[in-house]
Amino acid sequence: MKRMSWFNVTSLTLGFAFLYLPMLVLIFYSFNASKLVTVWAGFSVRWYGELLQNEAFLDAAWVTLKVAVISSSIATVLGTMAAYVLVRGGRFMGRTLFSGMIYAPLVMPEVITGLSLLLLFIGIGLDRGVLTIVLAHTTFSMCYVSVVVSSRLVSFDRSLEEAALDLGSTPWEAFRLVTLPIIAPAVISGWLLAFTLSLDDLVIASFTAGPAATTLPIKIFSAVRLGVSPEINALSTIMILIVTIGVVTASLVTKQGVIRAQKEAQAAERAPV
Amino acid sequence: MPRVSQTVFAPWDDPTEKPLIRFQNVTKRFGTFVAIDDLTLDIYEREFFALLGPSGCGKTTMMRMLAGFETISEGKIELAGQDIGHVPPNERAVNMMFQSYALFPHLSVWDNIAFGLKRDRKSKAEIDARVDEMLKLVRLEKFARRKPHQISGGQRQRVALARSLAKAPKLLLLDEPLGALDKKLRQDTQFELMDIQETTGTTFVIVTHDQEEAMTVASRVAVMDEGRIMQVATPAAIYEHPNSVYVADFIGDVNIISGQTNASGTDTYRLSWAEGQQPVTATSDITFSEGQKAHLAIRPEKIRISTDQPVDADNKVQGKVLDIAYLGNLSTYHVELPGGQVIKAQTANTRRIARRDITWEDPVWISWNATAGVMLAE
Repeated sequence: MKRMSWFNVTSLTLGFAFLYLPMLVLIFYSFNASKLVTVWAGFSVRWYGELLQNEAFLDAAWVTLKVAVISSSIATVLGTMAAYVLVRGGRFMGRTLFSGMIYAPLVMPEVITGLSLLLLFIGIGLDRGVLTIVLAHTTFSMCYVSVVVSSRLVSFDRSLEEAALDLGSTPWEAFRLVTLPIIAPAVISGWLLAFTLSLDDLVIASFTAGPAATTLPIKIFSAVRLGVSPEINALSTIMILIVTIGVVTASLVTKQGVIRAQKEAQAAERAPV
Repeated sequence: MPRVSQTVFAPWDDPTEKPLIRFQNVTKRFGTFVAIDDLTLDIYEREFFALLGPSGCGKTTMMRMLAGFETISEGKIELAGQDIGHVPPNERAVNMMFQSYALFPHLSVWDNIAFGLKRDRKSKAEIDARVDEMLKLVRLEKFARRKPHQISGGQRQRVALARSLAKAPKLLLLDEPLGALDKKLRQDTQFELMDIQETTGTTFVIVTHDQEEAMTVASRVAVMDEGRIMQVATPAAIYEHPNSVYVADFIGDVNIISGQTNASGTDTYRLSWAEGQQPVTATSDITFSEGQKAHLAIRPEKIRISTDQPVDADNKVQGKVLDIAYLGNLSTYHVELPGGQVIKAQTANTRRIARRDITWEDPVWISWNATAGVMLAE
């Protein structure tokens, strides 16, 4: 491989530093023995231990995980259905409106989404708690799933579904046995995307969470206002780890799907033997 | 090519024979576009029927209506006496082989073939036996565990065929089945298809734009244009007795000489085709009135070319060689007649070392008999 020029090396270093230095500092200080966040006093995992003793944090973590799993699962089902209708439904009345409405939450300011959901929940008299956070997270992460899945469906050879019908499948069987296994990588990466989005959402959750249930980002945010404690550094480090695993897995799954699709395309192009 | 069998296979000539498929005044519209225009057609059991036409002529639409992927705007389609207009594709005893093959990429060759059988809730032993039988039929026993992307194009084509035949359908639809194969493999596969069709006794309807393919495999060919059927007949009849200039021109190479007819004895006409030229003589099964405009369609291989004036020909015209296309087995001469019209004459190169006595710009005689061409009305 060609050696990179000094310009490229510099811009790469600066770029990565800009992106990751704050996180590295945070991770570094999470292993600090001192109670003072900015004074280094030797390596220790003390704050991780204390974190495990902190009931409030553990409760919040549990709520966050529950919300993320449930909301991303519902969002995946709804998002896949929406993508299917948009790509396969042909030209039905209101199609443009429907697709616009699905993609709108992507560009909608979170504050507005959160506020409107809050007003809705108050309006229908729903007590704020785990349920309301789940509903809110489903609402905004569904559109991400739908974008990911529909981009896969667009390149999906429709005659595969027709072949399944032709061979005696009901439309549902055709979807379950042919379409779903083939688009599975996109569906899985959609789920992982929704999961990570739900995990680190602060704005919408703070509108829809109630005293009964608080998510971790809210807990951290309110704790930081009283002063940064090394415990929070430890907790944040764990969250960074989880999110990293989620994102890396999602991209690996997608990449595998792309590689497989390329292989098939190449095989199809190869001159018949 | 005529099919060899004990008795001549021609159920379409037998009035007591019941057709397997009946199109009755079928019309299909997409918005304002008429894809199929008031079409009536019978296809019989055990036929190998070819729908032939340029792209956009409606042949694929007809096939998709048979499979159940398109609804019918008007008229009805019967399969074995039953109206199938409202039967969904998964409940029809019709299977289709797709142009793209549409093999399921996540399933092995074996599972692809078993897919339809499993939908019928057949027992495992039954499915195993049938899949093995199909793999044997298409000679792919060794590839049962492979995925579609691990086999060649020709093998994928055979998997697609085996999968669509596995359920023993009454009717098999083939949408450009050989389009993705190269020429040599395509020719081999054509004969394989014919063998399989005869072995299984299934009725095949094939859609193709390749006239050679249609002529090779089919018992009957329907030539289509703009949603209408122009002619339905055996390959030989289509070639030798086309009923219109369109069909004559679409199938193979043809010379068209247009002019005015004058009767000259029974079933024989004289066609005045250019000023100052002798009219040409041709026989015809259809009658023409005096002075009616007509086209004489003659295949290039039925026109002889010589340097000396022929003595025993019904028609002879002198011209000059404009171009020679040497195709190896055949040579085609483009001969310009005095009026400017160019006629193609073809000779078989039966000798390896031939005297090339005709060359560019040579004055030559072309000649043909009165029965060599077909007279067609405007």
